Amino acid sequence: MTVVDTGARAGGAAPPPAGRRGRPRDRRRRLLGRNPSGLLFSTPYLAYVLVVFAVPLGFAVWISFHDYFFAAPGADVDRPFVGLDNYTDVLTDPDVRRSFVNIGIFLVINVPLTVVLSLVLATLLNQVVRGRVFLRVSFYVPYVTASVAVVGVWLFLFSGDGLVNEVLGPLAPDPPWLINSFWAMPSIAFFVTWKQLGFYILLYLAALQNVPRELYEAAATDGAGRLRTFRSVTVPAVRPATVLVVLLSTIIGANLFTEPYLLTGGGGPNGASASPVLIMYQRGIEQGTPGVAAAIGVVLVLLVLLVAWLQRRFVGGGES
Amino acid sequence: MSRRSSALRYVVLGIGALAFLFPFYYMVIGSLQAEPDPTPGGAFPDPSNLTLDNYAAIDGRIDLLQGLVNSGIFTGGVILGTVVFGVLAGYALAVLQWRGRGATFALALLVQVVPFQLLMIPLYVLIARDYGLADSYLGMILPFAINSTAVIVFRAYFLQLPRELFDAAAVDGAGDLRTLWSVALPLVRPVLLTVVLITFIGPWNEFLWPFLITKDQSMQPLAVSLANYISNVAASAANPFGAVLAGAVVLAAPAVVLFIVFQRYFTSTNIDSGVKG
Repeated sequence: MTVVDTGARAGGAAPPPAGRRGRPRDRRRRLLGRNPSGLLFSTPYLAYVLVVFAVPLGFAVWISFHDYFFAAPGADVDRPFVGLDNYTDVLTDPDVRRSFVNIGIFLVINVPLTVVLSLVLATLLNQVVRGRVFLRVSFYVPYVTASVAVVGVWLFLFSGDGLVNEVLGPLAPDPPWLINSFWAMPSIAFFVTWKQLGFYILLYLAALQNVPRELYEAAATDGAGRLRTFRSVTVPAVRPATVLVVLLSTIIGANLFTEPYLLTGGGGPNGASASPVLIMYQRGIEQGTPGVAAAIGVVLVLLVLLVAWLQRRFVGGGES
Repeated sequence: MSRRSSALRYVVLGIGALAFLFPFYYMVIGSLQAEPDPTPGGAFPDPSNLTLDNYAAIDGRIDLLQGLVNSGIFTGGVILGTVVFGVLAGYALAVLQWRGRGATFALALLVQVVPFQLLMIPLYVLIARDYGLADSYLGMILPFAINSTAVIVFRAYFLQLPRELFDAAAVDGAGDLRTLWSVALPLVRPVLLTVVLITFIGPWNEFLWPFLITKDQSMQPLAVSLANYISNVAASAANPFGAVLAGAVVLAAPAVVLFIVFQRYFTSTNIDSGVKG
């Protein structure tokens, strides 16, 4: 560290010390920058990115083009290149196609509902003073709780003779929510919206702090009502936050696994609530065809990127 | 007019709070009932129907304490890695001048775009099969041990500190590590707590990755063993919902208590400065 010390000291306002030690240090500084310890401090992070992101990322693409199968570690086995075979399998597999439709249904319900509910609740919460802390905490309690834990309650609430059906009486769907092929996916979408909403409320609350007060004052002077003010001042002012909420909820939604695995007993009934990641798990790990699973992953990521790009074009409104 | 709209505001917010909190109340009540009572009356049970038997039942099937310990080690390891390596890299990116700084920051931004679902299969092959880290804490922690978002958040906070502080420390002859430890870190302590809290949510609640990597029940975090109980064993129990809900309470309680106690570190302002970083 003494080497580093002199480097750092030289970086201060003091004039560069002349002398015989000056030249090698100058050379090192040209090569590594004024504080070479910066590289040292970042080395663990850089090594980690290489091992846990870059290598697996390349490996994922490699697997998806090969007939990959599990073998004992160190065993030298032939895993032939199969070109686009895995991708053809994926795109012609009805279960996989169904799962992509399912996640589409999920996103169509989840994303708009998340944006509307979190913006409305955040706006109202921003206007009240009393009970603010209590309300804020109660809104984010589901977000900080494990999905596995709250799934237990939802199973109980939405079972055939659960509380929700007891309250709904004759209006209750038959078969009940989670084993009803029409309602299974929407039920999961409602669950995830409820679970994640607190986080998006916090994001909107943060954005609302930055809306200039003069905008509201100007709207009041113009005689705008509450709804009008909300539509013409609040909504445009928090648009960057909306872009973020839409993007994050889409990415998190595309990762859906725990809820169909537990809430609807493995994507049931009959695959009506299977998500692509659930199919990846079944194909890749249960059935031992990682090539197919990796291909699903690649297709899923490409679709998410496409959707995110479209959202940015239409929700982003050309800014931010 | 103003008073009426204010009342309306509280009604809507109150309905929201009820919708968020009721399932938790119902979780606790359900975990204490000897017989599951799904009727509306069951939400306000007779005290004579309350018992701790469900907790004993779930503890008999999955070792709750071992599950909590495993969750704690998994979560603690992830938090430690996130904070230590995040602070080091964030400090280097914000304060130090070195070659490759711009490229490293760009990389940190880029890495966040890579979704976990794409890495799931290769990480499973590498960590569980090639490195032989299945059923180990290291295998659980590894994919989450460093967090690019934390690096970016710490960088943003170190950038806000006045430059003169670091120059003064350098003039006093403090090394970079010493300056980071005694000058920079004490100034960002509240942020440190916020990062710890936010990081806690991930591994404590994570299901998919530890589920893939642990088959041995004595190594499973509580979320995984409870999920296995829900999907396999529950059907054969006398009061399955009671036992599931008792397990759910044990899993949920540490997170909920932590976030109630430290709620002031988890506010929109803290989140905002993090996200904007």
